[in-house]
Amino acid sequence: MTHQVPLSLTVNGERVACRVEARQHLIDFLRLELGLMGSHTGCEHGVCGACTVRVDGLIVRGCLVLAASLEGASVETIEGLSETGEIRDLQEAFIKRNACQCGYCTPGMLMAAAELLRVNPRPARAQIREYLAGNYCRCTGYHAIVDAIEATAAARSGPTEA
Amino acid sequence: MKPSPFGYVRATTLAHAFQLWADAGPEAQLLAGGQSLIATLAMRLSEPSLLIDITRVPELRGIRHTDGALSVGALTTHTELGADPLLRQHAPLLAAAVPLIAHPAIRNRGTLGGSLAYADPAAELPACCVALGAMIVALSANGERRIPARDFFQGLYTTALAPKELIAAVEFPRAKPGELSTILELARRSGDYAMAGIVARAVCAADRLVDPHIVFFAVGDTPVVATGAMAALANRPADTAAIAAACAALETDLDPPADLNGGPDMKRHLARVLLARAIGQLRGGEEASAA
Repeated sequence: MTHQVPLSLTVNGERVACRVEARQHLIDFLRLELGLMGSHTGCEHGVCGACTVRVDGLIVRGCLVLAASLEGASVETIEGLSETGEIRDLQEAFIKRNACQCGYCTPGMLMAAAELLRVNPRPARAQIREYLAGNYCRCTGYHAIVDAIEATAAARSGPTEA
Repeated sequence: MKPSPFGYVRATTLAHAFQLWADAGPEAQLLAGGQSLIATLAMRLSEPSLLIDITRVPELRGIRHTDGALSVGALTTHTELGADPLLRQHAPLLAAAVPLIAHPAIRNRGTLGGSLAYADPAAELPACCVALGAMIVALSANGERRIPARDFFQGLYTTALAPKELIAAVEFPRAKPGELSTILELARRSGDYAMAGIVARAVCAADRLVDPHIVFFAVGDTPVVATGAMAALANRPADTAAIAAACAALETDLDPPADLNGGPDMKRHLARVLLARAIGQLRGGEEASAA
């Protein structure tokens, strides 16, 4: 039985065709095969959230998805979201509020925060904390991250509602 | 934290999946959402020779009405389970359970069938299936078996599935008029495995809980039906005395093993706290809710 699997998918809008080892998870694939180092390898068993990326529009744990299973999928990483400008305001709020210190959790935090603001454009602080409960940060104590997301939500909903 | 090498094949139909499985050795495993399996592979707790990816099998998808029930395909993700309008109307307990299952990124990928087949004693959905009287529809190359959820969970990570048999769907009876349900759990971090959890449902009439069903999770090897507590509550006003009697019955209903969070005494205490809260919610006429 072959341990190499042919794979064709889209990563940040670009088509990729290659062969991957069956056991390689999505984050190792992105980092080691494609050189996209923005997604971070953390616990590698689904606890820390540092590897959060999008597959077909929804956030996933990159360490809990096998690259081989993604035939035909669309993967988006922090590099893709940065390039399109989709989360520029969120990123600027993270910088302004000092919500990234060492930066290790930041790409995953931004992925989770972007999805939260899509499904719930004006989350309460408790809802922000709930949505980010699966993303560990060991620097900030989370307050600045919650602040940045709350500020982004307020700014997006316009000055009259803020 | 890298898995041992294994092969990978992708099934395109149910027949194809059974063919691949039949051709594979005994060390082959099915891959659905992978949210537990891939972690166990990374820790080398599991070293299959081959993964058979069933996530593209169309027969295992979809949510539809059947006679008196809702049939939910095994590949339904937790996120889909929580968002489906049919389920929200007819089995609102499931939508209440979903926010308690792990974290959003895991809920987007993990599946109903995977959670049941894995049978983690701290998982929410097995307890929900038992409390709701769900029917597990199992399929193998030999045909279909229908297994009541109450008989499905046989031990720690152990189910009634035979070798090379998979879960195709789960049938949930539609909630009766006046039926309320709730799920509550206590965890150190929101989304982590519960230290103790409860699922309760009953038809609420005046001050009584008619036909109460109470199932605990994370306090035993399987979901635990609290038969003593259910008897203590049935057909009498759900007042302080009834709640006290139900909590007392947990002494014999539950035999919780110690775990990383604490010993049996702490688990029993948490179970009593959850039972009183759950009864309070049902009695108060609150819709299915999660905490």
